[in-house]
Amino acid sequence: MLLLSLIESVPRHGYEIGKLIERRSQGALRFHAASLYPLLYRLEKRGWVQGRWVEKAGQRRRRYYNLTAQGRKVLAAQRKGWESFVLAISRVTGNENA
Amino acid sequence: MPKWKELIRRRLAELNLAPEREAEIAEELAQHAEDRYEELKLSGVSESEALRLTLDEVLDGKAMASGLRDIERTGVSEALVLGARVKEGHFLSGLGQDLRYGIRTLRKNAGFSAIAILTLGIGIGASTAIFSVLNGVLLQPLAYPNSSQLLNLYEKGADFNYGSVAYPNYLDWRRESHSFSGMGAYTKADFNLTGSGQPEQVSGEYVTASLFPVLGLTPPLGRTFRPEEDRQGTGCTVMLSYNFWQARFGAKPGILGKTLTLNAMDCVVIGVLPAAFGAPVQVYLPIEQWSSGELRVRDSHPGLRVVGRLRPGVGIQAARGEMEAIAKGLALQYPAANALTSVTAVPMKDDMVGGVRPVLLLLAGAVGFVLIIACANVANLLLARSAARNREFAIRAALGAERWRVIRQLLTESLLLSLAGAALGLPLAQWATTLLVAAAPASLPRSGEVGMDGYVLLFTLAVSLVTGVLFGLAPAMHSAKTDPQESLKEGTRGAGGSRHRTEGIFVALQTCLAVILLAGSVLMVQSVWRLWQVNPGFTVSRLLTMHVALSPKAMTSPLGIRTALQQLVQRVEALPGVETAALTSLLPLGDSDSEIAFWQGNGPQPSPDQVKAAVFYVVSPDYPAVMQIPLLRGRVFTGRDNLSSTPVALIDDVTARQIFPGIDPLGRQISLVALGTVQVVGVVRHVKQWGLDSDDTNKIRNQIYFPLAQVPDKFMSGGVTGLTLALRSKGDPLSFGPAVRAAVAGPTDDQPVYALRAMTEVISRSLAERRFMMLVLIVFASVALLLAAIGIYGVMSYAVARRTNELGVRSALGASHWQIVGLVLRQGMGLAGAGLIAGLAASMMLTPFLRSLLYGVGASDPLTLIAVTVVLGFVAVLACLLPAKRATSIDPAAALRCE
Repeated sequence: MLLLSLIESVPRHGYEIGKLIERRSQGALRFHAASLYPLLYRLEKRGWVQGRWVEKAGQRRRRYYNLTAQGRKVLAAQRKGWESFVLAISRVTGNENA
Repeated sequence: MPKWKELIRRRLAELNLAPEREAEIAEELAQHAEDRYEELKLSGVSESEALRLTLDEVLDGKAMASGLRDIERTGVSEALVLGARVKEGHFLSGLGQDLRYGIRTLRKNAGFSAIAILTLGIGIGASTAIFSVLNGVLLQPLAYPNSSQLLNLYEKGADFNYGSVAYPNYLDWRRESHSFSGMGAYTKADFNLTGSGQPEQVSGEYVTASLFPVLGLTPPLGRTFRPEEDRQGTGCTVMLSYNFWQARFGAKPGILGKTLTLNAMDCVVIGVLPAAFGAPVQVYLPIEQWSSGELRVRDSHPGLRVVGRLRPGVGIQAARGEMEAIAKGLALQYPAANALTSVTAVPMKDDMVGGVRPVLLLLAGAVGFVLIIACANVANLLLARSAARNREFAIRAALGAERWRVIRQLLTESLLLSLAGAALGLPLAQWATTLLVAAAPASLPRSGEVGMDGYVLLFTLAVSLVTGVLFGLAPAMHSAKTDPQESLKEGTRGAGGSRHRTEGIFVALQTCLAVILLAGSVLMVQSVWRLWQVNPGFTVSRLLTMHVALSPKAMTSPLGIRTALQQLVQRVEALPGVETAALTSLLPLGDSDSEIAFWQGNGPQPSPDQVKAAVFYVVSPDYPAVMQIPLLRGRVFTGRDNLSSTPVALIDDVTARQIFPGIDPLGRQISLVALGTVQVVGVVRHVKQWGLDSDDTNKIRNQIYFPLAQVPDKFMSGGVTGLTLALRSKGDPLSFGPAVRAAVAGPTDDQPVYALRAMTEVISRSLAERRFMMLVLIVFASVALLLAAIGIYGVMSYAVARRTNELGVRSALGASHWQIVGLVLRQGMGLAGAGLIAGLAASMMLTPFLRSLLYGVGASDPLTLIAVTVVLGFVAVLACLLPAKRATSIDPAAALRCE
């Protein structure tokens, strides 16, 4: 759910996702690449997220992940089920300066 | 710049992915690696370190490959996120993950893990050591086949339950009983081994031919005694103990058929006993070879012990009933000797270890306390650490991990800790067991059977599993209960008022248990100290004692024996530095005892209730002078008290008061069984025969002294082994050892000295059991105190860290250092105080179990309570001081900035 919500509004690449999780959890949680990417691929196989190679001027191409329609539904359902955690999660997802 | 793509593709090769998929993944991961690598370098990490860290994180050994394998091959699986539900049937694979993660976590916190493992190692090691003693002594069956069928049989009288058996009674028991498939008897005897070099005192036993078959022993060499060899007038045969055969005869099988000269008897060696049997005894002779007249007399009890083997199917109660009936019959038949005598029948093992059972169980209880304290300590460490991990669990929960899953992860970690503790504890236990057995008093039976075996290892495993769950459960429950919302919101300060309560309870519990152990050890110290102050009735210092034996050449006639003994004493007394010397049949506070039945007046033996028992000393004239036993009335023995003068005796003041209340005992007559009527010529002060502590409560307190010179000739031949020489020296008594040895050996150089001891050592031995208990309790109490101090320190350090803000605000508002220290101390001492009060109350309830070992102090002895309070208070203050000092150094500005 954490991952899904991180890319809900903005597509992000893997490194960015990892960094965001680490920063927003103030270091308490670190997804190393070794667990982050398998997880991303798994979500992709489920069709909840979609990875896309994006080329930006002057940069290498990067694979950005965004939420699919199905992913959005899943996220919504999960959020509903975890209402008591909304506050906590919004701290990670909502406020960049937390 | 490393070639990331290459590196990663190589690692992924084993997965055999589709080429384009592999290229895609490699590219993405390579970018990640590159970003990470650059970031690390920017933060100042060296290139090689950055490379290592990056590879570590991106590939994490095989973790990446295995993570990808699952997804890229098996398609979508149920598991979605870290810590999610484990699929049914995959319990063990989930466990593997837990284990890996647990090991990684513990390794990451090496300091924490080391302290926890060390604490547990001490607790588990100590418990294992005590258990291996318990196992070897109490739990394992005796080393005889079907050992539960073996009973020890004793004569029982009005004053005693475990009396030695008269040989004629044994013969009748054996003949008349049907409950037993066999019965055997034995009695200790020392032998003078001569004829092959230096004379040597060997310890031995006279045994009936039936004894070894009854015990079920098969000799590894030769055979056991035949019934016809256990008859008067047959040639002497001898069996050797395994150790004696090894040490003295180099384990040569050719020893069979050889002749040994024992107490001037030529005995043919017929066999060697198994190694496990009868450690201190060296030789065994058939009992009928014993020439002592005592053997044939029904009212003489020369230390004979009887063993019976129950017939299969016969219970102890039935056997007891039958033996009591037989004893009743014998009492009717021989009223003079057997009037009040019945039979005690106890299982051999109970008889052997029954005496030490309470002590061992007490030790088990004490070590259990140490283990619980260790557990509480580790539980507290885990609790404190779980504060730091709170948000990890909160996020796990947010990711969908179930509560029990988190508990399982934490329990896995605590079990890992406890198993590591056990691994450390085992060698520790091995060492401690050796130490325990070495330090244990000689009275500890079966100490040779103590050691590590399968049961001990099983016990250690069980203890470590139970402790793992025990100390892991509370922190695990707390962590799992953590409200993710709260912990995430609260930022760096963890949550959980109830966790602090649990910590507090643990610290109080530790303190409480430490107080109990401390109180126990203080009581033991006081007991031992008080016992050392007890006046034994004679002067202990500069007193040297030893067993002596006569040359076989001297033992040809009673007169020869008398002369040899006299000359022996004279030779010793002539040594420079020796004040006086004397012989005695019995020494106070030693291992042996000797009693005699007596009655007032010179009439025939009266009814049994008129007959009293007394401790009986046969002594040479100077004995009271050597021992410095005060003479209260009359005179001591002189050289003129001999066979041709009136038989005389000295009595102690207890006997004087009891037998001659209100009248002057001097000149009165008493009659001694087998010796006849004697005249009381003096009264001496009572000595503590049975022990510094237990003498007052022993049933037999009368003491009678009889001159060695007046022992009738018929008792002179066999009864003179086992005499003790006591001498009063002018300096350190032990320094006289060599000179005395030479003097005793005599012109023929064949009279050995053994068991040479200063009296202080004899006394110290008589206190061995208590001293042992005291030492073990002191060790346990110290460990407990140390662990409790660590516990208090840990909790207070954490409390100070948690209250940084509050303390910062307080000092910003003008609180002085002293006020801050007071604040911290108050909290710490509150916890310790609660534990102290609970511990004092509990120790008052528990120390009665120590009562049998206590002397001169009560369980609620105020001095003990004060001492415990002072020691604990001191330790608690010490443990709080460091955190308190840290609290005073909090910079208000910094503390507030943290907010």
